[in-house]
Amino acid sequence: MSHDSTPDLSRRRFITGAVGAVASLTVAPGIFLMQTNAQAGTKPGARWGLLINTNVCGDCNACVTACHKENGVGSMNRPTTDAQWIRKVNITDRATGHSRSLPVMCQHCEHPPCVDVCPTGASFRRADGIVLVNKHTCIGCRYCMMACPYKARSFIHEHLTDQVPHAPRGKGTVESCTLCVHRIDKGERTTACVEACHTEGNGAMVFGDLNDPNSEISRRLAEYGGAAIRADLGLNPGVRYQGL
Amino acid sequence: MKAMTHFREIEGRSKGYYGLLVLLLFGIGLGLVAAALKGTYGHHITGMNNHVVWGLPHVFAIFLIVAASGALNVASIASVFGRKAYKPLAPLSGLLAITLLVGGLAVLVLDLGRPDRLIVAMTHYNFKSIFAWNIFLYTGFIAIVAVYLWFMMERRMNPHSTKVGYLAFIWRLILTTGTGSIFGFLVAREAYDAAILAPLFIALSFSLGLAVFLLVLMAAYNWTGRPLGDAILRRLKNLLGIFVAGVLYFVAVYHLTNLYATRLHGVEAFLLVHGGIYPFLFWFGQIALGSVLPLVLLFHPVWSRCRAVIAAACGLVILGGLAQLYVTIIGGQAYPLDLFPGHDVSSSFFDGVVAPYTPSAVEWMLGIGGVALALFMVTVAIKFLRFLPESLADDKVDPHHAAQAAAGAEPAKA
Ligand code: SF4
Ligand code: SF4
Repeated sequence: MSHDSTPDLSRRRFITGAVGAVASLTVAPGIFLMQTNAQAGTKPGARWGLLINTNVCGDCNACVTACHKENGVGSMNRPTTDAQWIRKVNITDRATGHSRSLPVMCQHCEHPPCVDVCPTGASFRRADGIVLVNKHTCIGCRYCMMACPYKARSFIHEHLTDQVPHAPRGKGTVESCTLCVHRIDKGERTTACVEACHTEGNGAMVFGDLNDPNSEISRRLAEYGGAAIRADLGLNPGVRYQGL
Repeated sequence: MKAMTHFREIEGRSKGYYGLLVLLLFGIGLGLVAAALKGTYGHHITGMNNHVVWGLPHVFAIFLIVAASGALNVASIASVFGRKAYKPLAPLSGLLAITLLVGGLAVLVLDLGRPDRLIVAMTHYNFKSIFAWNIFLYTGFIAIVAVYLWFMMERRMNPHSTKVGYLAFIWRLILTTGTGSIFGFLVAREAYDAAILAPLFIALSFSLGLAVFLLVLMAAYNWTGRPLGDAILRRLKNLLGIFVAGVLYFVAVYHLTNLYATRLHGVEAFLLVHGGIYPFLFWFGQIALGSVLPLVLLFHPVWSRCRAVIAAACGLVILGGLAQLYVTIIGGQAYPLDLFPGHDVSSSFFDGVVAPYTPSAVEWMLGIGGVALALFMVTVAIKFLRFLPESLADDKVDPHHAAQAAAGAEPAKA
């Protein structure tokens, strides 16, 4: 499973101030403005991830609605260019006819192709496993979108006015699920989608630290297992699915 | 006997010359307007979207970049492979290599979401990214070819030009490999996951570069009334034919190896049979008009003696190349990513369906702007610097030919 994640303590940590450092407005500006409490940052040595039980997930859209509300992602009524950080995908097994519905978002790969191809290093992976786009150095080349096997990223095709402060978005740059990094860096240990899934949905999602064997997500994975989408690509994503 | 080649600037005072400049400036203007529109309104005014993220501008940009490295071939044949007959053509070859590359890069940069952040791209590098490598490969190429041109045109430096010629030749091979690898590295996209894309791009660069070179050469000599012999044209058109055949070979190998792999049958069927515009462009544009017809024209014993036919063949090769890049770049994205093999998939994010894409006027304008920029630089450069030999008549190019002609052999005249 995901215990082979390599801690990358160098620059990323420095940039994100992820090493329980002093209160700061961090250097990757705009993304981590909220970190004000030295104790309440991310957890050293953690690898954050999601576990989604597709047997429980049903015909509901709570996670999608909550995510887009939380991060100020609105529709322009232009389906081909509208950004989607998370989407519900309906799949039917051709052999058995068995149908399921599941949310797909950035899978926060351990070996993210989007990071490999990004010419400026704007796409980066934090030491705690969260893959982000630095909105200040993204030049909008979209090479990461070409490279992502999960179609997880969106390009901003127009001028935006409705951004929320903790999720800066801007015309001409690429964005994707941040695993609610603004919450994690405040010390919260859940995401908007997981929260909504529990309050309004079917309770199909769990958020947690994949590197902590005692976390709920790790215990569930140990007990029931969890598959990666396109595991054949060997990217070791931080988002796992039960019942795939 | 050794024929000395005299290079001279072109006159560049005729109405035709200024007319051409105005036309090209208009083309550049179109590109700038397109860039301004995109900058103001964002990419939603183009046909590109979250599913087909690289569109027509990338077809044009990659065409120009690939043709740029190929345009250098003529100079390489002269310097690296020591063929004297090509030597007089080397400066034009180097010039085209630079201008086509600049035109292509201009399109690529102006299509960025944030072209204003070009400086970021110059100062932040991720050395794992083939894109970042390409930034070095492209600027290095321009620098090396510029030095090469200088050594060729400055008599003092002449003796060293061969060495730089070697360097330029090797560099161009790496550069085209780098361009091809942009796609080769996209593991999840089935159409691109093939090592053969790199050699295929090299072969493509040979044929496209030479086709552009030949057209520019013929136009320049025709419009300035300078003599251009049949001997050199015949060599070049034969070479073009060989390159076109080479590309066909790699295309065949690419599709045949894909057809061996069951998991790639879907994307192959899409690109070759039922994908709508993409199979049409492939069979009709790339194969029939862009490869087979030019081969017939270039090797037909009678037709190929006519210059208009050679020019037409060059034009067709260029159109075929554009069709090929369109199918590769856009067709490869339009075909849905297979997230859940063995499943039927649907979502509001175009999962499991062919992604829609129709190029918009803005994208055409940007692409045309890049082509116009490249040609504009050539047109201006040959007026102020000595790129073109005064004569490329047979006896000036090939000493043997001169001897034969003197001995009474009949020079072919078209
Ligand atoms: S899912 Fe896509 S965007 Fe997210 S880390 Fe993996 S490659 Fe990058
Ligand atoms: S679009 Fe931005 S994040 Fe994506 S590869 Fe280009 S520079 Fe990097």
